Amino acid sequence: MNSSTPDKAGVKLGMWLFLYTEIMLFGGLFVLYAAYYSKYTSVFIEAGKSLDITIGALNTMILLVSSFTVASAITAIQKKARRSAAALVGVSMVFGVLFLVNKYFEWGHKFEAGIYPGSPDLSDAEAGKSLFFGLYYLITGLHGIHIIIGLILLSISLYFITTKRIHETQFVVLENSGLYWHLVDLIWIFIFPLFYLIL
Amino acid sequence: MESPNQEHILSYTTLFGVLCILLALTAITIGVSRIDLGVLNIWAAILIAACKAGFVLLFFMHLRYETRLLQITFVVTIGSLAILIGFIFWDISFR
Repeated sequence: MNSSTPDKAGVKLGMWLFLYTEIMLFGGLFVLYAAYYSKYTSVFIEAGKSLDITIGALNTMILLVSSFTVASAITAIQKKARRSAAALVGVSMVFGVLFLVNKYFEWGHKFEAGIYPGSPDLSDAEAGKSLFFGLYYLITGLHGIHIIIGLILLSISLYFITTKRIHETQFVVLENSGLYWHLVDLIWIFIFPLFYLIL
Repeated sequence: MESPNQEHILSYTTLFGVLCILLALTAITIGVSRIDLGVLNIWAAILIAACKAGFVLLFFMHLRYETRLLQITFVVTIGSLAILIGFIFWDISFR
């Protein structure tokens, strides 16, 4: 290996080490959720019912399909199908934007109903309710920021694919952007049942 | 020793199969959550989510085909998270 070819295994291990810190970050927040759930179980269940399962399920499907298209983009680039790889990354980005649009309407409805951090309705309600929605906004908000960062990484990858800086022997940027995107999907896989499906 | 240039290529069919499994598990988790099973509901939701996460990690994130070193570091991370969760709930349940 000469100095001009980057150490692929090292680059990827570095990305995974970063992903581990992300897992611990969201893991910590989920523990916080679980701890308050065990204290305010009935309030959390009541508050969870006010979240729209349809929109939650739709966003779950959107992220799963976009993960599939990102993974397929890597297969495409390995098979030297540069155009399909670019198209697949583009489609994934469209799904990412759709997710954010759904989230925008979802949050918008909650704001209209007077449920937002520090709102008078929540301050007057019982303690568990403001904790549930506080965690809801914190976790889905942080997740939304991750979606935006993921979209930026995917657009960089798309640019590199079209300018041929990513090709069949050199695609670690696409791989790492893909890993980040899958992580965002992984986190949502746990957010969905925790917030939307609790009975 | 495997060559670092030896990349594993996952077929579109495999990836699509994984997507179908993930969508099916999503449908199952929604279905199960609508039936009142008491405390079992939470365990079912977590178990199904963990299953889905496993499929994403092993196939979409290629963890199945990565080096042993990377796989070990992943297991250590999840182990640390499990210790964190375990000790916190140990504390909470005996208060």
